[in-house]
Amino acid sequence: MKPLLEVVDLCVTYAVPLHEREVALSGVSFVVERGETLGVLGESGSGKSTLAAALLRILHANGKIERGLVTFEGEDLMQLKASALQRIRGRLIASIFQEPLIALHPAIRVGQQVENVLAAHQPASRRAVREKTLEVLRTVFATDAERIADSYPHRLSGGQRARVLIAQSIVCRPSLVIADEPTASLDSLTQLEIVALFRSLGDQYKLSMILITHNPFLLAALADRVLVLYAGRVVETGPTQDVLSSPRHPYTRDLLRCLPPIWHDGTSRKSALPVIPGDSPSPAASHQKCVFEGRCADRMEVCTAREPAAVALTNIHKVSCFKYGG
Amino acid sequence: MRYFAARFLQTLFLLVGVSFLTFLFSAMAPGNYVDEMRLNPQISPEALASLRARYQLDQPLPVRYARWLVSLAHGELGYSFAYNTPVAPLLWVRARNTLLLTLTATLITWALALLLGIWSAQTLGRLPDRALSLASAALLAIPDLVLALGLLILAARSGKFPTGGLVSVNFEALSLFEKVRDLANHMTLPIAALVLTTLPVLVRHIRSAMAEVLDAPFLRAAAAHGIPRRKLVYRYALRAAAHPLISLFGFSVGTLLSGSLLVEIVMSWPGLGPLLLEAILARDLYVVIGGVLFSMLFLVLGNFLADLLLYWADPRIRARAGAK
Amino acid sequence: MEPLLHVENLEKRYETGGLFGVTKKVTAFADVSFALRPQTTLALVGASGAGKSTLASCIACLETPTSGRILFEHREITGLNEKQLRAVRPRIQLVFQDPVSSLNPRLNILDIVTEPLNIHRRLSEHEKREHARELLDRVEISWEKVLRNPEELSGGQKQRVAIARALALKPKLLILDEALSALDASVQAQIANLLLDLQCSLGLTYLFITHDLKMAAHLADEIAVMQNGRIVELGAAERVFRNPAHEMTRQLVKAHSGKDLTPGLV
Repeated sequence: MKPLLEVVDLCVTYAVPLHEREVALSGVSFVVERGETLGVLGESGSGKSTLAAALLRILHANGKIERGLVTFEGEDLMQLKASALQRIRGRLIASIFQEPLIALHPAIRVGQQVENVLAAHQPASRRAVREKTLEVLRTVFATDAERIADSYPHRLSGGQRARVLIAQSIVCRPSLVIADEPTASLDSLTQLEIVALFRSLGDQYKLSMILITHNPFLLAALADRVLVLYAGRVVETGPTQDVLSSPRHPYTRDLLRCLPPIWHDGTSRKSALPVIPGDSPSPAASHQKCVFEGRCADRMEVCTAREPAAVALTNIHKVSCFKYGG
Repeated sequence: MRYFAARFLQTLFLLVGVSFLTFLFSAMAPGNYVDEMRLNPQISPEALASLRARYQLDQPLPVRYARWLVSLAHGELGYSFAYNTPVAPLLWVRARNTLLLTLTATLITWALALLLGIWSAQTLGRLPDRALSLASAALLAIPDLVLALGLLILAARSGKFPTGGLVSVNFEALSLFEKVRDLANHMTLPIAALVLTTLPVLVRHIRSAMAEVLDAPFLRAAAAHGIPRRKLVYRYALRAAAHPLISLFGFSVGTLLSGSLLVEIVMSWPGLGPLLLEAILARDLYVVIGGVLFSMLFLVLGNFLADLLLYWADPRIRARAGAK
Repeated sequence: MEPLLHVENLEKRYETGGLFGVTKKVTAFADVSFALRPQTTLALVGASGAGKSTLASCIACLETPTSGRILFEHREITGLNEKQLRAVRPRIQLVFQDPVSSLNPRLNILDIVTEPLNIHRRLSEHEKREHARELLDRVEISWEKVLRNPEELSGGQKQRVAIARALALKPKLLILDEALSALDASVQAQIANLLLDLQCSLGLTYLFITHDLKMAAHLADEIAVMQNGRIVELGAAERVFRNPAHEMTRQLVKAHSGKDLTPGLV
């Protein structure tokens, strides 16, 4: 069966005044199958938010999609005109952005904000829209849906706002949901609740999802496959279990080692955690070498010569690292 | 509610304070109406003395102020020496003329400014925005006086517009439709002058407020949901940008009476401006005080209106006001 | 050893005004008592709204508790007036969660880290540089960045600068209010290591506020769990994590077990 979304060689740059253009994404290729959740593991500077914005072509004014093929249900999104794109956004591909507090309009009641999304794509009588919105809100909020619909964003808790964003994204029954750090600002208990909500919604509505986060635990709980992003390049993709428990790329491996260990007997508390030395690289126009080379413990000579190509370890697990060929 | 009661009281205090200061400064200014008349040899010193007594100009300041306050409580604003009539009706007629001008001008300015400002913000950095910026910079650089005079010259040369006054000489003889047309004709130039002088600053403010909002996360999120462009700009962006704009609007309302002084004088529009100028020069004390007070009332009302609008428009302010 | 910080029955209540002057009483936290020994770390863990940040504000003397006592270095600091507090403030410093908003974007790094010193008495350029060099060395920020603005730094670097600033007045107690929460995982590890180093070399005591139980369990000697403004569990970190007594703690531990994840820790 054809994949729902196919991305080939996506390259996005940003214009920076008085500097060369910055490369946010380079050579990014992946697919999303129907009904699956693809996790994108990336830290700051990895280009993950650019990825979310680029797929729907809502980059900032200084961003430009240099090249790339993005096929959704057979249609090339890069070629669509603005009006056609507006119909796809929200209805077929929905998105959940970071920071629920700032992703919601501060002076419009949240129920109205969800209704606006529905009304933009499925115009109907006001009552019908309101009914349908309340229905969705009841799915997302176990109790109190009416009262919350009438509230302003600043009166709600972080978890409630996150649920509103989720409601906005599913109200039109989209095929694909792109979630960018949906739980970043929430405390751990609320995160758990939101994870449970995603699970039940995914089952109920047969959603496909791209889940972007820097938190590997979130991916472990929700994603079927994981794509690891570093400095705008895809360094590893594979089934979640494989990538997280036996990571192949040095970055993935080192990143997972940084997490404070859940103690097995023998690990000492208050000891230094293993770290990845240095800082994430600044986005430069071209790296004529592997982007991770400067911080890699396994660097070899060939790593400074050119960028590695993706190597298939199995037919579902790929790595971009000279250790495995490329 | 406590919030507004407090504001209302503040307003009252402000008005009282202003009235006192105006009284003080006007009365302290050297000379008074009667003294000006001394220059006229035809008036005898006895007549002057009796005039002075009649207008109580020889009484000490606090007494005069107290008397004036008392009459204010009765709704009387005092008496004009120059026009020999009570101040209030005099002010009212002139103020009405001014408001006719400024209300229309303000509405036109805001409508234009919103359109241009939003357009500028949407095309930030590109040609339309740059052209508008250049135009508004040029307009800002031209002094108001020069602009008004320039328009006047235009009127005189082209003969299309009258060069002054409220209505034509034969106003009374015209039909209703012609009356309206005549008035509009006379209003065109002063309004043009007012609009051209206040437009640039307003456009800039709107542009910057909108530009900031257009790049905000919630707007991009709404765009990602497929909310159509027009709704995005007007329902979402404008509402969020309302905060600074409402304050500006309050200011616009506040200067409804006072902002057109120069234009009225140059274009001979019989409004509050020329009246005040004459009164100051002639030391017509009560007209000056009455006029200033009236203008101040509008300024304060304008601010109050802005507060009200802000309270209504931004739920976060409601929350903060309630939380005090 | 005598505790550096001793909190007894601390309580903070607010009155918020509703419409028409009807007030509502809100309790941020109540009945809070604990002791913090020098050169140790106490982690304060709980969900959002549990009252942790308000508690931190009170201990840092930014807010006044409604009742109870705070003893710092054996002196009672509740109820001191502003003048008396001035002697205490340098010894208790805060590091906040958001490095973006806690650093003044108009100042460069040099000015930011020396600002606390500059307030007490004006420093000469030379003195400023001396101090800044020492502070930035401690937090491992290279000197070449000293004249940059905060926005040119990464999140981790910004947080290092915030820590450097907090160290300027040579405090004894450092309150870290979700200081790691906004950072990426790999950066959290770096900053956590830095904090451990500083605790050793400078003899610092930490009050570490977080909702991340794993990081708390890793960095802290003791953990206090807060729920709805009350401390529901308090004990040695290891014990709390392995044998949680209170339901809230159990839930938190469950939330952090990372169910199916067994990272390649080989």
